[in-house]
Amino acid sequence: MKPIYMDNNATTACDPAVVEAMLPFFTEQFGNASSIHSFGAQVGKALKEARGRVQTLLGAAHDSEIVFTSCGTESDSTAILSAIKAQPERRTIITTVVEHPAILTLCDQLEKEGYVVHKLKVNKKGRVDLDEYKSLLGQFGDRVAIVSVMWANNETGTLFPVEEMAEMAHEKGIMFHTDAVQAVGKLPIDLKSTRIDMLSLSGHKLHAPKGIGVLYLRRNTRFRPLLRGGHQERGRRAGTENSASIVGLGVACELAMAHMEAENTVVKRLRDRLERGILGKVPNAFVNGDTLYRLPNTASIAFEYVEGEGILLMLNKQGIAASSGSACTSGSLEPSHVMRAMGIPYTAAHGTIRFSLSRYNTEEEVDRVIAAVPPVIAQLRKLSPYWSGEGPVPNPEQAFQPEYA
Amino acid sequence: MWDYSEKVREHFFNPRNSGPLENANGTGDVGSIKCGDALRLMLKVNPETEIIEDAHFQTFGCGSAIASSSALTEIIKGKTLDEALQVSNQDIADYLDGLPPEKMHCSVMGREALQAAVANYRGEVWSDDHEEGDLVCKCFAIDAVMIEDTIRANGLKTREEVTNYTKAGGGCSACHEKIEDVLIAVNGRLYSSEPKPNKAPANLPSESPVKPKLTNYQRIRKIEDTLEAIRPMLQRDHGDVTLIEVDGKKIYVALSGACQGCQMEAATLGGIQHKLVEALGELVQVLPVGAMAHN
Ligand SMILES: Cc1ncc(COP(=O)(O)O)c(C=O)c1O
Repeated sequence: MKPIYMDNNATTACDPAVVEAMLPFFTEQFGNASSIHSFGAQVGKALKEARGRVQTLLGAAHDSEIVFTSCGTESDSTAILSAIKAQPERRTIITTVVEHPAILTLCDQLEKEGYVVHKLKVNKKGRVDLDEYKSLLGQFGDRVAIVSVMWANNETGTLFPVEEMAEMAHEKGIMFHTDAVQAVGKLPIDLKSTRIDMLSLSGHKLHAPKGIGVLYLRRNTRFRPLLRGGHQERGRRAGTENSASIVGLGVACELAMAHMEAENTVVKRLRDRLERGILGKVPNAFVNGDTLYRLPNTASIAFEYVEGEGILLMLNKQGIAASSGSACTSGSLEPSHVMRAMGIPYTAAHGTIRFSLSRYNTEEEVDRVIAAVPPVIAQLRKLSPYWSGEGPVPNPEQAFQPEYA
Repeated sequence: MWDYSEKVREHFFNPRNSGPLENANGTGDVGSIKCGDALRLMLKVNPETEIIEDAHFQTFGCGSAIASSSALTEIIKGKTLDEALQVSNQDIADYLDGLPPEKMHCSVMGREALQAAVANYRGEVWSDDHEEGDLVCKCFAIDAVMIEDTIRANGLKTREEVTNYTKAGGGCSACHEKIEDVLIAVNGRLYSSEPKPNKAPANLPSESPVKPKLTNYQRIRKIEDTLEAIRPMLQRDHGDVTLIEVDGKKIYVALSGACQGCQMEAATLGGIQHKLVEALGELVQVLPVGAMAHN
């Protein structure tokens, strides 16, 4: 049976049209865009076209606001490091506890170097408290170099009110960056009508290849490059352009634009069907995050009293690919920082599975997953010290209290 | 996903002796729900002979936690309590044809469940001295707590000292920044390494910018010197290494003592290989003597 891929928040398959558009740039169109001769000129033209397509998807005012980078992580690092270098007198950063490691690990490092980092907490649904945000802005005011808040959370799909938050930062004269790696291509975005100064996106989350990203940089935003060298990207990101991938990303952006409506209707319906189907058959399971305000493709489901890796291994055996909310798969033992920030109990956080769909998924696949999940959970619960027969043991937390818990 | 052995997968998909055990007379509950791995081991012990007649488990945990629990019950069934207590976490890992370094704690948990269950049968109180930190060195599977304890116990100041005492950082060297972070956390600051005294004997030509090709004799000397430098680390773990044969790019060694046949053998060989590649400036392969062709 054909394998089912429901891990599109981790990475996506390149669209065949993307691959086709890229291929000539490995062969006849291999020139360096900076060269004077015709080999270079053709490539230069293709890059300009791609830049325009990214601009359209983001609703940016100018195509010169699009800076190509090597990945989402590079865009995130560039944004934060630029803000603190360009405004050395400002040594405070405001972000959230649920950011991707691309932001959090960098902020932890900056904290070690003496910067002050404030991380907004989230509630059980994964929402930030705008009053807390407002009072932080008031309290730290012109000491804040940058606010960085993700547009959509990668684990739960929960959306953040970044347009409103950017407005609030702008009123105080503070720069605003958003990690929109999970949002771009899934939600309509119109940057020119917002106060967002910088935005990160990553090609491989929207059916373009891995290793290409973009930093949107609003005109007149003070900026310091991460990589200095040649004059590529108007000197804001040196290094010979990854022309094939840039062209691929351009095509992917055009396709995302064309599928935007389907993403928010067809894909959303599939996600809802999956969620309802699983929750209808599996007891002691619930959806994580803000179910009213989230990405259309993401379902984060907590299965109580079992651990996620076992679920993934069993699903994988049946050709179903998803990912786990427990960080066990990454070698660290703690459950994901996102689940912990939302106060999800350990017994549920470790059993969280993320299904993230794309326009390539079908109803038939969704139904196969709905059929596959309940027996897997039942089988693992049979092994669990918290489970007995049809339900959890009475007072599970008291009934099983291992040493060094 | 994890590179689990066939044996681990097999025990995960078809766990032996799972579920509650009727009439169990020794039970051990260990693990950490926070860390996502916990296990209840149930024993039925014959009071006359102290033989474990049956053993069952219930586990909340990842694939290798379930496989380790399953393996443990198979290993100890039919053993007397005293025999069973000789089972080490290494034995559990070996039974499963090895565990990834990040998952060795699953076998440790198995061993602790056994100690707890035996203590429970004997009416004793078991308390663990278990503490486990983030994995720092993946080549030698050394975690942060182990490094911290060693730094404190020996007043270590530099990354080089940590490597000499714990082996951590002695392989691919990617974790050196993390080791320095642990040093800073313990000592409050980072001490710079002592400038190395120039130990090169006077009769050897001084290092020229273009490395001359080593003669066969020089090459083997260099290999031996490198092994000599690693030896103290191995001996600290009651192991040792002997050079057996150099066949072009293949370097055969014999591991002995605690290193021999241990689950970490592959990691140890990997660590030695890194050092030799560095010292010789060429790609070589370090193989156990058993891999030598018999001809
Ligand atoms: C929210 C978010 N930010 C950043 C990244 C990193 O992107 P990249 O893999 O392109 O560096 C990811 C991808 O995992 C992500 O989900």
